[in-house]
Amino acid sequence: MTMTYAELPGLMTELTGDEKHGASATSTLDVLWVLYDAVLRVTPDTIDHPDRDRFLLSKGHGPAAYYAVLAAKGFIPQEWLSGFGGAESHLGYHPDRNLIPGVEIGSGSLGHGLPLAVGLAQGLIARGLTESRVYVLVGDAELDEGSNHEAIAYAGAAGLPNLTVVAIDNQSATWGWGPGGVESHFAVSDWSAVRVNGRDHAALTAALMLTPGRPHVVVAAVAAKNA
Amino acid sequence: MRESFVSATENLLDEDPLTALVLAEISADLFGKAAARHPERVLNVGIREQLMVGVAGGLALAGMKPIVHTYAPFLISRAFEQVKLDLGHQGVRAVLVSVGASYDAARGGRTHQAPEDVTLLDALPGMTVHVPGHQDEVRALLAGAHASLDRQSSYIRLSVMTNRSALPVRPELQVVKSGSGAVVVAVGPMLDPVLDAVADLDVTVAYATTVRPFDEAGLASLAPGTVVLVEPYLAGTSARLVSSALAGRPHRLLSLGVPRVEPRRYGTPEDHSRRYGLDATGIRRSVAEFAGLR
Repeated sequence: MTMTYAELPGLMTELTGDEKHGASATSTLDVLWVLYDAVLRVTPDTIDHPDRDRFLLSKGHGPAAYYAVLAAKGFIPQEWLSGFGGAESHLGYHPDRNLIPGVEIGSGSLGHGLPLAVGLAQGLIARGLTESRVYVLVGDAELDEGSNHEAIAYAGAAGLPNLTVVAIDNQSATWGWGPGGVESHFAVSDWSAVRVNGRDHAALTAALMLTPGRPHVVVAAVAAKNA
Repeated sequence: MRESFVSATENLLDEDPLTALVLAEISADLFGKAAARHPERVLNVGIREQLMVGVAGGLALAGMKPIVHTYAPFLISRAFEQVKLDLGHQGVRAVLVSVGASYDAARGGRTHQAPEDVTLLDALPGMTVHVPGHQDEVRALLAGAHASLDRQSSYIRLSVMTNRSALPVRPELQVVKSGSGAVVVAVGPMLDPVLDAVADLDVTVAYATTVRPFDEAGLASLAPGTVVLVEPYLAGTSARLVSSALAGRPHRLLSLGVPRVEPRRYGTPEDHSRRYGLDATGIRRSVAEFAGLR
């Protein structure tokens, strides 16, 4: 059973209204939908297959959109949504891979997903699983964390061909990223980089499907957090 | 010990295609041959310790068996959040192998010293901790840690301070001297100074290389009324486990180890041991006084 994009708002309303990162959650909604609807080679039946694509939600804040998409695509029961954050719920304010089918990492503390994704990408190469890609979603403010820059420099130099970062840019980094945008900080480390409208499904799909043979970042621009 | 670790790791890389090694420059020169043989599994990420542990977590998520290695303070205290979240919280495992110990780098100063490493790991659930006392104990400890990666992470704490000879590698306490006055538990490289200290004293000496889990049953079976714990890291690190082992029976415990101080002194490891009362002379003084032996 899978649902449509139009049904996502209804699923999100099933999650409790006091979810603490509401604006952040919706900034990711379109990217998450496009990933699961058109890009990722993973289904509820293949969540343990070694050659599946991996999606890592590094920006674990505001996971309502993530949970809604997982429910819409049948990874988790829709009934789980209404218990969001409860004592018996599998769904916390930050996701835990050990509690939710199809969730590849537990996140919340910022700056962990991209280093994990680099190791995962290296591990897939070492295992000969060269068809699998690793996609990791970060936020523009999350990139403040220095661990990301360790990963960006290394992944670029190592030329990891199976790694795609999608950076949601809602201009929430207090100090910004300068005139070249956040993508310039990847490009200088020899990443392939594109910027697209983070609400445009066709543009997101095209950008996320690119496989330039080196690490790739898609900056998904959405309205400023405080606009 | 580091050379033994390198050799044993080379063998694991050769024998098991799921084995991976993650480095952050430290010891990279020693692994040049391994890196040439296994470029996709021997990863030197540069001077990036957060990434080093994160990459290990990612490798484990891909089904690999990562070994992670650098200086103790950079592996455990600098990357502690990554050890906690990228391994433990993800539910994946790695073998962490450090060099430097508490004050191998005596001349290097505080920045290269990690007497707090085992205390920090004690704050996390389920980490096995091995403290070899001799280079010939390293291979078996590493092989055991590697073989148990399906269920646990391990930390192996290498040091340039070593005992004169190796003992069989066992998870239990090993009695190396029997007496009646007290039980002295010597961890890893503390065995030789302890044996030198108590040669003419009527005490039992028990040797531990695996300190987490701590062999509580083994200690309890020795039925000690007086225990002296001699650890090469922060004093009292294992005191709570001695208390647990002997809960419900009267006992006295003296915990010897590295004090919580800013040393602000250089010199040799032996200088530090002497200053902290962890050389044979200092240990003898402490044990004799505490156990009432002369």
